[in-house]
Amino acid sequence: MTAATLSAADLTTGRGSLAQFLNDVWVLTKRSIARIRREPETLSEVTIQPVMFVLMFAYVFGGAIAIPGGGNYHEYLIGGMLGMSLAQTAPGTAVAVVSDMSTGLIDRFRSLPMSRAAVLTARTIADLLTQVIGAAVVAGVGLAIGWRVHTGPGDVIEAFALALLFGYAFTWAGVCLGMVLRSPEAAQQTGFIIFLPLTFISSAFVPTQGMPGWLQPIAEWNPMSSLAAACRQLFGNPNPAALVDAWPAQHAELAVICWSLGMLAVFAPLAVHLYRNKGR
Amino acid sequence: MSETPAIEAEGLVKHYGKTKALDGLDLTVGQRTVYGLLGPNGAGKTTAVRILATLLRPDGGRARVDGHDVVAEAAVVRRTIGLTGQYAALDEYLTGRSNLVMVGRLSRLTTRAATRRADELLERFGLAEAATRAVKTYSGGMRRRLDLAASLIGHPSVLFLDEPTTGLDPSARALMWDIVRELVADGTTLLLTTQYLDEADQLADRIAVIDGGKVIAEGTPTALKASVGGQRVLLTLAEASDIAIAVKALQPFAAGSIIPNVGNRLLEVPVIATDGLATEVLRALDAAGVRVSDIAVRSASLDDVFLTLTGHAAEAADEDDDKAELAEEAAV
Repeated sequence: MTAATLSAADLTTGRGSLAQFLNDVWVLTKRSIARIRREPETLSEVTIQPVMFVLMFAYVFGGAIAIPGGGNYHEYLIGGMLGMSLAQTAPGTAVAVVSDMSTGLIDRFRSLPMSRAAVLTARTIADLLTQVIGAAVVAGVGLAIGWRVHTGPGDVIEAFALALLFGYAFTWAGVCLGMVLRSPEAAQQTGFIIFLPLTFISSAFVPTQGMPGWLQPIAEWNPMSSLAAACRQLFGNPNPAALVDAWPAQHAELAVICWSLGMLAVFAPLAVHLYRNKGR
Repeated sequence: MSETPAIEAEGLVKHYGKTKALDGLDLTVGQRTVYGLLGPNGAGKTTAVRILATLLRPDGGRARVDGHDVVAEAAVVRRTIGLTGQYAALDEYLTGRSNLVMVGRLSRLTTRAATRRADELLERFGLAEAATRAVKTYSGGMRRRLDLAASLIGHPSVLFLDEPTTGLDPSARALMWDIVRELVADGTTLLLTTQYLDEADQLADRIAVIDGGKVIAEGTPTALKASVGGQRVLLTLAEASDIAIAVKALQPFAAGSIIPNVGNRLLEVPVIATDGLATEVLRALDAAGVRVSDIAVRSASLDDVFLTLTGHAAEAADEDDDKAELAEEAAV
């Protein structure tokens, strides 16, 4: 019971702080994965939902949407769907963070001799893994409805890498959201209010050309539009954004990188700051 | 005492907005002792524990655990302490064993040491059978035990237990008490908060009574109880008996003021318990010609302690404390 029953071989204190950080991140990431294994329905956000959206847009709305410059709507859709499916895991992240914060578990973590940044980092890594599943589901259902890639493997890898970078940046925004809200319900609601316009006032599902003049610049500068355009370009799919003059439409890949790194630079330190000062 | 105290607090102050949760709390807890913080909801018990466990920063004063400052040397303090809060700090979706191994790994144990220690604690706390079940299937008592096991996995030398038995049924509470006694035998220093006088009485070597964020009385349980009149004799008088005569006859036994309830013909007498007390009370009343239809002896309650020590009932303090607790929640 007492410290005397511990031998030096039982402790990992000899490790450096980076090794300690990685150890803690790994232990906590495993915790989140174990949760998914026990309750696979928590994955519905990245499995069932994207399938429903793809089928609905492909077969219900798609026929009514004209693509400037021409092209197949089914091929157009997948670039936008990738962004939506990854970014919308952020409210889920917020809900998970609020839930952890509202139980005593976080107090326990904060009273342990562990890395403070590890709790949040582990959360985002577990969510990045769900996003990988989400991307695979979108690609799979895309292939089933006739989406095809017309470029090389390098471009495809780049597209998925960009999408995941983009999704990862949103995950940190979700962590911040979870840190400032009080209940899982509030996180769910707020997430919905933020992500619905973010997704739909963009070129994710419809080209910006059909929107009213005052709305077009908003949609064009929406990071979701940049990701959709970058993916379409890299997949060799119809990309009406190429006909738009705005800078992010013309430099879609660079815009995605700027948006993602910018969000990471703001939200990751903010999240850690909020966590450190929570309730102090 | 030349040895460094396990816990020392000097003039701890903590505000939540305008509410003062702690108002100059002083505390000294010796090594390998059990110290009880006794007080009603919102007296500042939880705030004190959260400061000592490095979760909260005090607005004033200082505190040390095993000689290390809880603010300046928080990282060192965290290697020494274990914390069991009021709400089970467990992952509902993990099994009991996975929870313990996780906390062990985060307490800097190797996987092998964490697993060995987890199995040892599961066995000891009667949870071996349930080890591979998800925590959400556990009963309240099992959760508390697992939570306590989690706070022990890193071999802490100082353990904080915040209301370890609140909300538990009597048998689960008795089991917790047994476990706590074993810990003490192992040489762990224990700071436990409780709203129940009998719990502090059963477990603690010394008790500090807290009200309004300050220690208002401190001492061994026996000394404290004696100071407020440890027991209460409750008498129901027969129809014909005169209450005034009865009060007069009871005066020599009273350790405080006798509280008469004329309508119900009830008398409440604070006493210091001795063998044969009830018999002597009845004999004295009989000699005075007072007839008794019912007699009961009960232990002094927290309310009694409060009434005596503070001059106000615990309920009044409760309201203030609800405010403090609301403020605390808002701050969290």
